[in-house]
Amino acid sequence: MSAAITLGPEGRGHWSQMLVTVQTGLREIWAHKFRSLLTMLGIILGVSSLVGMSALVAGMEKGAKEALVAIGGLEKVRVQAQDVPIEQRHLAEQAVGITVNDVYALRQSAPLVARTSPEMRLWATLSAKGKTFRPWNCCGVWPVALELNEHVIEEGRMFNELDDEMARSVCVIGTATRDELWGSPEKVGYEINPVGETLYVNGVPFTVVGLFRHYESEQERKEREWTKVQAGQPKAGGLTRNRGWGGAGRRGGNFVFYLKNATVYLPLNTVWMKFRSGATRAAISSGTGLAIGATGDPRLSGLELRAASVDLLSEALQQARNVLMCTHKGIEDFAFITQEDWADRIKSFVHNARLSGGLIAGISLLVGGIGIMNIMLASISERVREIGIRKSVGAATSDIFIQILVESVVIAVLGGLAGLATSYGLVHLLGHFSPTENTPIVKLSALVLAFSASVLIGILAGIFPAVRAARLNPIEALRYE
Amino acid sequence: MALVELRNVSKIYHLGEEVIRALDDISLDIEDGEFISIVGPSGSGKSTLMHILGCLDSPTKGTIKLDGIMIHDASPRQLAAIRNRKIGFVFQFFNLLPKLNVLQNVELPMIYSGVSGKERRQRAQAALEAVDLANRARHRPSQLSGGQQQRAAIARALVNSPRIVFADEPTGNLDSHTGETILQLFRKLSQEGRTMVLVTHDPEIATVTPRRIELRDGQIAVGFRV
Repeated sequence: MSAAITLGPEGRGHWSQMLVTVQTGLREIWAHKFRSLLTMLGIILGVSSLVGMSALVAGMEKGAKEALVAIGGLEKVRVQAQDVPIEQRHLAEQAVGITVNDVYALRQSAPLVARTSPEMRLWATLSAKGKTFRPWNCCGVWPVALELNEHVIEEGRMFNELDDEMARSVCVIGTATRDELWGSPEKVGYEINPVGETLYVNGVPFTVVGLFRHYESEQERKEREWTKVQAGQPKAGGLTRNRGWGGAGRRGGNFVFYLKNATVYLPLNTVWMKFRSGATRAAISSGTGLAIGATGDPRLSGLELRAASVDLLSEALQQARNVLMCTHKGIEDFAFITQEDWADRIKSFVHNARLSGGLIAGISLLVGGIGIMNIMLASISERVREIGIRKSVGAATSDIFIQILVESVVIAVLGGLAGLATSYGLVHLLGHFSPTENTPIVKLSALVLAFSASVLIGILAGIFPAVRAARLNPIEALRYE
Repeated sequence: MALVELRNVSKIYHLGEEVIRALDDISLDIEDGEFISIVGPSGSGKSTLMHILGCLDSPTKGTIKLDGIMIHDASPRQLAAIRNRKIGFVFQFFNLLPKLNVLQNVELPMIYSGVSGKERRQRAQAALEAVDLANRARHRPSQLSGGQQQRAAIARALVNSPRIVFADEPTGNLDSHTGETILQLFRKLSQEGRTMVLVTHDPEIATVTPRRIELRDGQIAVGFRV
């Protein structure tokens, strides 16, 4: 006649019960304010370092990608001379090197190559107005190099096919050359337009016909505009101390952008005639000049090409390779240098930075979790009697388990929220002291990730104490003093 | 059919080599509405008996039926539910939660039976009125006298309308006058038809109950009735 046990949860108000449990947890935390704050500190630090780290890496990634676009993007490829491979060593004598013929051949026979320009590099010393400057990149090119390398003309014009054909002594310079020889806008106070001025390249006079735009990262631009805005307003606190960085001339800036600004373009034929043929004034005045190779050395220092699209890059490279193999008589004395290596490097750098930063943040979250577990264990040993009382009035094992777990999660959630708040300040701080020029970027995904990590840590840290509390024997717990 | 039926219940502990028979083959019936006291010196097994009757502990041997439910082989979860709805406890040291006020303490059993907030408050208030403590609802237990605390504990024991109430030395921590008022309250509750079990070492206190069971060395000595 044993009746079936019909004492399962009869229409329990789960929500109301959960609410009471959360209230109990909050009350418990409020009763030990200082202890709870110290416990949360681990989670706060973990969450804010996670957010800060990811913001820093995201900022660097953005800067690196901007720089990649600035140097021509992924579809730009350089062709450079290289040593003949070992199995072709015996043919090394017949290697022709990269010449302008290659460029003509590519134009004709490689439809997937959208643009291509020869490049004859010159180790040049520029001088004007008594100042000298050694630019990073001074080379003879075709006018198409302007689009190929994503250059934009700010003042004047690019030299044209006619200038090249006639081997005219004209040049287009970047702002770095202008700043060094004529003065930067920061120093002078206004933009100097050097178009029409005479520039001596290794002593040979050239006319400046164009000036490239000043290239800079988005952040540098913002900073520059900001200082411009501030300069317009009267300064509040009298003299400001020069802190030794920033300021005039060569801005800190991203190195890639500086290199791009330090570019000087001359017409290819001019470079060939004036600097490679031996028909320089020095050679002529020595009397033997004309005799030594009026034709000069036809080899280019390289050539640049741009594929029709990134997706077709490997096909375009294969086409270019086939063409060049023909013109080079099968001797592989050239190599392709793509930006993919750089893109891969960016990717692996970001990956590594994420991994190491994530590891640090993970460890501090782990330490925070251990702190929570520790305090929960201390808390339940203080509350053995309470647990006994709760069990005696009908709390099931699961009720006690949930209560302790909820308390642990509440600590972690509060810590996580506080961590998100402090991460805001941390990111600002990092922006000032960051090793790169890139402002950290806070992504929503990082916030969500950091917060859910703190919740997860709270759950994990609570399980063991909760199991211990739930397993307490009610009789012994009631006797506990 | 009796409310509680114990049949050949034993509780055996092993303390190293020693075997302790805290309860030794006890059979006992408690009828619905009875007011009964279990007396015995310390170590006689009366606390063990109360814990087993109160579903806090399970017997080593024997069967127990409470309100038609076989509880000797119920799961811990079922035992918790039985404690919650069918049993009320009153302890010597009151066992109120110090961080909660009196009303919240009385609400506690209803939280575990899933009563909604509003109904909880109403029923707790009614229970406090029944023990004449309604004006102390918002006080902390530490702000009350011993007798008031014990009355709050009684209100908590009654709030889920249990079938049976166990009181373990309910006057043990009170002066004789206050203890007398608590016993008066028990008598009144008994007259209202509640089943009450008073566990005490003091034979004098046991005189308030119509029926007494004396335990000695884990066995029923006097007042036995199967």
